[in-house]
Amino acid sequence: MKNTHKLAIAGAAMALSMASTTVFAAARDYISIVGSSTVYPFSTVVAERFGKSTGNPTPKVESTGTGGGMKLFCSGVGSENPDITNASRQMKKSEFEMCQENGVKDIIEVQVGFDGIVVANSKESPLMKLTRKDLYLALAAKVPGADGKLIDNPYKTWKEVNPTLPATKIEVLGPPPTSGTRDAFAELAMEGGAKKFADLAALRGSTDEAEIKSLMAKLGIPAGAFNAKGKKVFQAVAQAIREDGPYIEAGENDNLIIQKLEANHDAMGIFGFSFLDQNSDKVQGSIIEGIAPEFDTIADKSYSVSRPLFFYVKKAHIGVIPGIDGFLAEFTSEKAWGGDGYLAEKGMIPMPAALRTEVGANVLNQKPMTADGLH
Amino acid sequence: MTESKQSHTAIIQRSLARRYRAEKRFRAYGLMAITFGLLCVALLFTDIISKGYKAFLQTSIQLNITYDADVLGISDLNNKQQVALADFQGLVKKSLQARFPDVTGRKEKRDLVSLVSSGAGYDLRDRLIANPQLLGNTETLWLSADDDIDTYYKSMGDENGAFTGRTSEMRQGWIETLKQDGDIKLGLNRVFFTHGDSREPEQAGIWGAAMGSLFTLIITLSLSFPIGVAAAVYLEEFAPRNRWTDLIEVNINNLAAVPSIIFGLLGLAIFINFFHVPRSVPLVGGLVLTLMTLPTIIISSRASIKAVPPSIREAAIGVGASPMQVVLHHVLPLAMPGMLTGAIIGMAQALGETAPLLMIGMVAFIVDIPGGFTEPATVLPVQIFLWADSPERAFVEKTSAAIMVLLAFLIMMNTLAVVLRKRLERRW
Repeated sequence: MKNTHKLAIAGAAMALSMASTTVFAAARDYISIVGSSTVYPFSTVVAERFGKSTGNPTPKVESTGTGGGMKLFCSGVGSENPDITNASRQMKKSEFEMCQENGVKDIIEVQVGFDGIVVANSKESPLMKLTRKDLYLALAAKVPGADGKLIDNPYKTWKEVNPTLPATKIEVLGPPPTSGTRDAFAELAMEGGAKKFADLAALRGSTDEAEIKSLMAKLGIPAGAFNAKGKKVFQAVAQAIREDGPYIEAGENDNLIIQKLEANHDAMGIFGFSFLDQNSDKVQGSIIEGIAPEFDTIADKSYSVSRPLFFYVKKAHIGVIPGIDGFLAEFTSEKAWGGDGYLAEKGMIPMPAALRTEVGANVLNQKPMTADGLH
Repeated sequence: MTESKQSHTAIIQRSLARRYRAEKRFRAYGLMAITFGLLCVALLFTDIISKGYKAFLQTSIQLNITYDADVLGISDLNNKQQVALADFQGLVKKSLQARFPDVTGRKEKRDLVSLVSSGAGYDLRDRLIANPQLLGNTETLWLSADDDIDTYYKSMGDENGAFTGRTSEMRQGWIETLKQDGDIKLGLNRVFFTHGDSREPEQAGIWGAAMGSLFTLIITLSLSFPIGVAAAVYLEEFAPRNRWTDLIEVNINNLAAVPSIIFGLLGLAIFINFFHVPRSVPLVGGLVLTLMTLPTIIISSRASIKAVPPSIREAAIGVGASPMQVVLHHVLPLAMPGMLTGAIIGMAQALGETAPLLMIGMVAFIVDIPGGFTEPATVLPVQIFLWADSPERAFVEKTSAAIMVLLAFLIMMNTLAVVLRKRLERRW
């Protein structure tokens, strides 16, 4: 008696779970997009226009961060997994391999445009003229000291970093380590600054074990940090941001950083170009390497702290989930990503026309990406 | 003898004055605490309201729109393909160019067209489909202005001067002309209450999120209330007092204090990864919030069952009622007001929750208004979070306005809880 009861309960539970699996695994009729919070404002605009103009359901766009999006995207093929993931950097080799392992074989890579990262302060304060070297010296955890060995960052004011800068305290509000903006800033600005030191630059280029070891000894890097690729050692040093106070993690909300800059005129903030564009009455973008962050300077790549934006599409889902091809066509149309397109209006920096034609052709032919050139 | 008595009274009188002073101080501290709290609330409300009230208004521009079949490229309105491809934004462009004929140059023309919301074309399409006889005719319409124009127009009276960051002098000139002709006005923002989310602030509304919240809360209430009450009744009325029930009690109290993000992770692991419930739908949101509110409802239900005097149970048993009859006929009806109050407070908590929803994909951009439990949806607090994170300046006021809407719902629910308690509560 008791046993039959137990059996019945177990059977019911199994039936329920199977029923729910079959019910919910039924086809999804809207596109599911995940990924970078930097691409999110652009992806959503396209999604909305696509929904309104075609009558298809509007794609659902989640902002999970680039890394989180890759995880979801690469977890498999099937309607319970997202169709598209946005990324504020290129897919990593490890992520590509994870995709392959889980059966996500053919992936179409679409580069959509550029984003500039700005270092800004309140309009009430003097405009700063910085170099990447200044940024590295002001914000890195370890910097080369007088004898060439790396020491804990001693700089407290901008004037100590560079005598032409004002004697205000170094106080920079920026994104936390989970943010793609932080990764890109570390890569573009910090590494770019660290390269200006001969020993660090040599370390970056070296693949010779003995040379790396001697450079590490010269710089005072503990031997435990050794890696056969000098570039890895270099990156670990150059990308480490100081944690002794001058760099303040201000969360992912860039509007909050702008409010804080308004209140504190000595502080600087790091955020994406579109926020500078929308708040040009309150904050000003510092000139970096002699170039001001403007729409045109980011587009022609003369502004040094800019990065490409991507999204990735599962080829296996095209034709299964309705509307993916239409969404791709909308995103890669001139009226969206073109020089005068509506994405430019939203603050995305368009790619040069030749690159647009090339990427557009790849999308049209649904040409899958390969692992070549991934890091 | 008398001496010592006198000295006693003197001592008492002296200490009396001190005790009075201490009492006064004590009251003053209490009053200060309340004043401080009220001051904070007042500050918060003034900040939100002063920032947000403008979101209930929307700038619109009056234009003569001619539904020119040639511009649209429509010969037959019943041809869906033709209507889908028709250039309705072209009508706006033409009308604006007729209004400002001396504008030439590509960039200037583009600037001119962007005075009006990029969603105006879709509105015109819907109007034409609803009234086919408009084709070929002209009508005068108020169309929503672009968010840059809206922000500029609203900030014109500000003491620091208007926000001109995204409005060139040329556009300011056009707005001035429109203003002199009475063709630009601030009106009630209906879109805010009837539309779903949008990336264009002038087309963004709270209705999609409100419906998402409604569907989610229906699931939460219909699961957590019966389960919570049943658990509370069993634990209070039937369960034996032993080590196991003690353990359960400790666990329930513990769960009530667990950070809500944990429930989100649990929901992701069980409902989405194991049972394959789709992401981002009210069903899964409701299930996760059920887990979160259950402890609250169980605890408050148990408290209100405990408050029913034992004499009522004894009297019922005395006239021959079975234990089930005692519970159903006497204890539950008397405990119901307290349980309902607990449930409403639990629901209010669930309404304001974002953290557990992060994990299950309800923090998403969703334009279409959800029509059921398995359509992707978002909820009010998530909408606030998403708008607070948007770069467009006009979303700042939308954020505050959405907070006001959420606060209004919360105040309504809490008032209902207080009224229910006052109305139905019985004291012994």
